[in-house]
This record gives sequence, structure tokens and C-alpha cells, in this order.
Amino acid sequence: MPLIDSKIAIELFRSISKIRIAEETIAERYGENKMRCPTHLCIGQEAVAAAIGIALRKNDFAVSTHRAHGHYLGKGGDLKAMMAEIYGKVTGCGKGRGGSMHLIDKNAGFMGSTAIVGGTIPLGVGLGLSIQLHKTDQVSCVFLGDGAVEEGVFYESMNFAVLKKLPVLFVCENNLYSVYSPLSVRQPDRRQISNMVAGIGCVTTQADGNNAPEVYDLAVKSLMKIRNGEGPVFLELFTYRWREHCGPSYDNDLGYRSKEEFESWKKRDPLVIMKNYILKNHFGTENDLDAICKSVVSEVNDAFIFAEQSPFPDKADLSGHIYSEGC
Amino acid sequence: MTRSISYAHAVNEALSQAMKQDKNVICYGLGIPDPKGVFGTSSGLQEQFGSERVFDMPTSENAMTGIAIGAALNGIRPVMTHQRLDFFLLAMDQLVNNAAKWHYMFGGASSIPITIRLILGMGWGQGPTHSQNLQSWFAHIPGLKVVMPTTPEDAKGLLLSSIFDDNPVVFLEHRWLHNQDGNVPENPSFRVPIGKAKILRAGTQITIAGMSYMNIEALRAIAYLQTLNISCELIDIRSFNPIDWNTIFNSVRKTGHLLVLDTGSETCSVAGEIIARVSMEVFSSLKAPPARLALPDIPTPTSFALTKYFYKNAKDIVAEVAKQLHFDLPHEIPELEKKCPHDVPGNWFKGPF
Ligand SMILES: Cc1ncc(C[n+]2csc(CCOP(=O)(O)OP(=O)(O)O)c2C)c(N)n1
Ligand SMILES: [Mg+2]
Repeated sequence: MPLIDSKIAIELFRSISKIRIAEETIAERYGENKMRCPTHLCIGQEAVAAAIGIALRKNDFAVSTHRAHGHYLGKGGDLKAMMAEIYGKVTGCGKGRGGSMHLIDKNAGFMGSTAIVGGTIPLGVGLGLSIQLHKTDQVSCVFLGDGAVEEGVFYESMNFAVLKKLPVLFVCENNLYSVYSPLSVRQPDRRQISNMVAGIGCVTTQADGNNAPEVYDLAVKSLMKIRNGEGPVFLELFTYRWREHCGPSYDNDLGYRSKEEFESWKKRDPLVIMKNYILKNHFGTENDLDAICKSVVSEVNDAFIFAEQSPFPDKADLSGHIYSEGC
Repeated sequence: MTRSISYAHAVNEALSQAMKQDKNVICYGLGIPDPKGVFGTSSGLQEQFGSERVFDMPTSENAMTGIAIGAALNGIRPVMTHQRLDFFLLAMDQLVNNAAKWHYMFGGASSIPITIRLILGMGWGQGPTHSQNLQSWFAHIPGLKVVMPTTPEDAKGLLLSSIFDDNPVVFLEHRWLHNQDGNVPENPSFRVPIGKAKILRAGTQITIAGMSYMNIEALRAIAYLQTLNISCELIDIRSFNPIDWNTIFNSVRKTGHLLVLDTGSETCSVAGEIIARVSMEVFSSLKAPPARLALPDIPTPTSFALTKYFYKNAKDIVAEVAKQLHFDLPHEIPELEKKCPHDVPGNWFKGPF
């Protein structure tokens, strides 16, 4: 049993709820056609983002992928700035340049997410290199999917991180799919990603990515080792995306995955798992948790109002931010 | 026999007929056999030809391009597909250092008959990493052939020519063309030669050389200009390497005016190359400085509010023609207003991809 106190447990619950409610609200309102950009929701995978985000310190770094809303919020990214970005507003975290697929909040150590698969893996390793050079005790966290492991840049980056014993935590969310392609058409049968990474010389562990306390516990222990100078750690966390790869709907009707598989994962809802954990350990009551959800709902609503009421960037702004003024 | 089918269907038919004609043609890419079949362009192929010849692939663009080159060295004709050009940038090394040069650097000992289908995104917040139109990058590389069809007919004919060409061909498909319908010959031996431009509309007063989706906007512009008794000749460049200079030069000799439309950003664009050559070769025929209408030198913004000023459309084309031919336009041109938001090809499109 992981050693988690009531404060951490409640924080985990709050973070999972916040990600869930933000994502569900996006899904609900996407059809209004005001969020006009490709949007990859992480509903079903919130435990990883919440647990890793809370295990990391505020000044630790994180980089992420196309499916970044959870990672951004979990790390402490500004919800209002994220929603405004998805709405294409000037108050967005990228001033309307990047949209859902390109998020940043440097105050929270969230250094950027991009939509080219594997694109941020070496950046996370480079942040690790900078930490080593600056001799601080920060850690750089790289979020990646099971698909990104297939890119050459993944191997090259892992090799360098291990070679230099860089302070990097790799968090691989294995959700079994890349778009509509199951692992079986992309990676050899029965070969575990974590075993392969172990072959590169990295410390690896697998865990249930829907169980936030388990992920938190593992992350805290891994971060201790990394801060100790023992080199990078790779976590393979099994989880499942509930909705379509990109967009607000469900897509089980396409037939690329079975209803049984979907239902079995849905039964292991990270939010319910977290809730039961709290109730069982008497870290809080149903009423406490309802109150948290209520406050999160109003926080999310405020963020949507902020996004809707914020101005669009104007025409004169079109050519801004192409080059830095520094020289 | 010809019948009206969509651009996506035409691509699908070309793939299917090529695979029937030559068992060495294989077809792979991310999502090729998935239920959406890359916007319908690869639907049914795996059922028809089996998973040995039609398959999904790991997210490994660079290696899978090199693997196509290796297979091509031994008689296979791979057709690779990428849902966005941007994803293929990971494979530039294999394409540029190996595929483009193999025939040359070994004195013609081998050739690389691969076809790379790249889909170019636009609108609905595709943003900086999902909508780059980098045709000029490819056109710049000696040893590559580069085509970018506009019509369903050309999509089929040029894809078949690309697949059976013994050289590496980059085949560029604009996402907003997939749903356009047009007449396409059913015949499996139908080909459109690489390196030939096509006159989409004959005219006398100005030559508009366009490409891909910009031709659709140009047709709207030309229809309006006709009501003002302005006669435009529209050339679909279609092939950027090689470029059909004769067709362009002859048209400019006739009209004395040139406007080039490009879907990519302005500096070092295909449009720039065309203007340079026309200025060098048929300078004496030009009655005014040639012009180009391309995207500003800015990464694609995501925000709806910014893409509005970023993309070019029929109104911009009409304005360019008016500027060059010195006539006045009314302040409002309702005929040219799109009936849907600027960031979608039609109201049927609700994103996200
Ligand atoms: C280089 C590159 N290739 C392909 C794509 C298209 N694409 C977008 S998301 C995605 C899935 C990647 O799968 P995974 O890493 O497992 O992440 P998940 O979507 O499951 O979170 C793909 C293939 C891309 N964005 N970039
Ligand atoms: Mg995945």
C-alpha cells in the first residue's frame, strides 16, 4: 500500500476532477464551433497527469504531446489561459497562435507541448542537460505515448539521457492505441515497452495508470532516485482513452476496438478509483468530495466565461512573435 | 468512360488500379487500413489486396521512408501516405540524402520508384504544425519529382504516373480538395504526364498560374471577373519539378500579364521561381510587373481571428487582377463572399482534422 496522507489524496482527487470536468466541458461545448482547432482529450487518463503533476515540484520541468490538457493542468498550468488558447483568444497561453495542441505555462514549469509525435522527447532531455549544467536539483519530465516510442528520436534521446545520467523522468502513457491503430500492428507481440527501454540501460517500472495513488507513490520514489543523481527513470503506465483520438465524441462505432475492452477500462475509472481510495481510508467523506467537485465546476465555468469574453487577437497582431527582439 | 467522383475516390481508384496492374505496388502509412482510411483515400485496399501489400506502420516516418527506398532497390514500388506533410518532415533525411540522389550518385545504376503522398492541412485551427505547404522545399531538390493536382481527374492520372515513374515522386494533396467532385476516366491505363501544366480556363488579358486549392478560389474569382468583361487565363501548374515552362511562357506572351498563386509562404516559393523565370525569359512580353499571391512569411496561426487575415481567397485574387490591369472594383462584392466561415471548406466541415 502506498503511503499517502489525506492532504495528498485530496489533492489527487481535486486534480483528477479538474481535468475530467474541464475535458468533459470541452467535449460538451465543442459542437458550438467556437473551439476551432484539433483537440485531443485525455478523459480516462487523468490519473497519470494528476499524480505526476503533484509528485513534481513547481520548478521541475515538463514537456508533452498533442494530448496535453491533463499534463498542463496537472502540473499547475493556468486553466483560464488554456481555455482561452483553445478559443483562439489573445489571452491564451500562446496568444492564439498554438491552440489546443501547443500549450505552455512557464510559471508552472510546463515548457511546451507540441503535436508532432516524439517532437518534445529530446527537448525534455535537453532540459535535463540544462539542469545538470546549472547544477540544480530539478527534474525534467517527458510525457509521451506508446506511439512515440516508435520514433527514432525516442531511442536517440533515451540513449543520451542514460549516457549522461540526466535528471529526466519519462512518463509513457500506454493507452494501447495510436489513433485507430492498435499496438499489434505497430510493435512486436508481447514485447513490453519497458523491457525494451531497460535494454537501453534505463531504470524502468510498469504500473496501473488509472490508479493515482499507485502512480504518485512510484513517481515520488523515482524522483528521489533521479534527484540523487542516479540517472533517468522510465515509467510505463497503462491507461485508456475513452473518447475519439481527436475530437469530442466517442468512436467505438468505428469498430477499431471492442465494446468489451472499452467497458472494462471504463469500469476502472480513475476518478472513481480515487474516490473509493479516499472513502476507504477515511481521508474524506462523500460530502467533502462533492464540495470539491462543485468548486472545480465553478472554476471551470469561470475559465470558459473568461475564454468566451476575452478578445480575439487583432489583425495588426498577425505578424507578431515570429522573432525574438533579443540580440 | 468517365463519371463524376470525388478527389478522394479518384486517389483511391488510382491506388487500387495500380495495385491490380503491378503486384510490386505496395501501399503503407499510418492509418492506411483503419476505419477512416485516410479521408477515404485508402478505404478497402487492404480487403482487396491483403495485408502483405497494404499495411499500417509504426510511427517511424524516417525509417519507413528508408525502408521504402530499400524495397524499391529490389523492384518494389512503394506508395507511402502521410496524413499531414508536417509529419513527413521527420523523413527529410531519407528523402533528400538517399531517394533523391541514389540514381545520380551511382551513375544511374539504380533508381528509386517510390511515391510519397503528403496531405496538406488548412483551416479549423490546424495551426503551425499541421498545415505547412512546403512544396518549394521538395521542388528545390534535384532528383525529386513534385506534383500537386487540383482536379479529381488529375489526382488519378498523376498518381498513376507517379507510381509507375521510376523516380521518387512527392504527390501533394490538399485536404480541402478531397471532397471536390469531378469527371474522371474509369480506364486503368489513364495517365496524366508529370511535367505538363493544364489550362483550366482560356483567356486573353492576364495569365493566372495557380496551384491546388488556390485554383478553386481562382475559378470563383474568374467567374466574377468575367461579369466585368475581364478575361483571365488560368493555368494549373500541377507539376513543380519539372515545371512546364512552355505553357506558362506562351500564355504570358499572349496576355502580357502574370499573377502566380501559391498555397505556401511567399519567400523562396514556387511562385517566386515562376516569376523569376518569366521575368528572365519573356520579359519583353510583360506589360506590367508580375505579381504573386502567397501566404505571408508567418507560421500558420491557430486562432480563427488570425487565419482570417492569413489565408488568401477569391477576393484577394480579384484585387490583384484589378491592381495589375488598372480597373476599379466596387467596395463590396457579395458574389465573392463565402457562404461559410473562412476556415472551413464548407458548412459540412466541423473539424477537427
Ligand atoms: C510525426 C508524426 N506522425 C504522425 C502524427 C499523427 N498522429 C497524431 S497523434 C498520433 C498518435 C500517437 O499515439 P501515441 O503516442 O500513443 O499518443 P496517444 O494519441 O495515444 O495519446 C499520431 C500518429 C503526428 N502528429 N506526428
Ligand atoms: Mg497511445
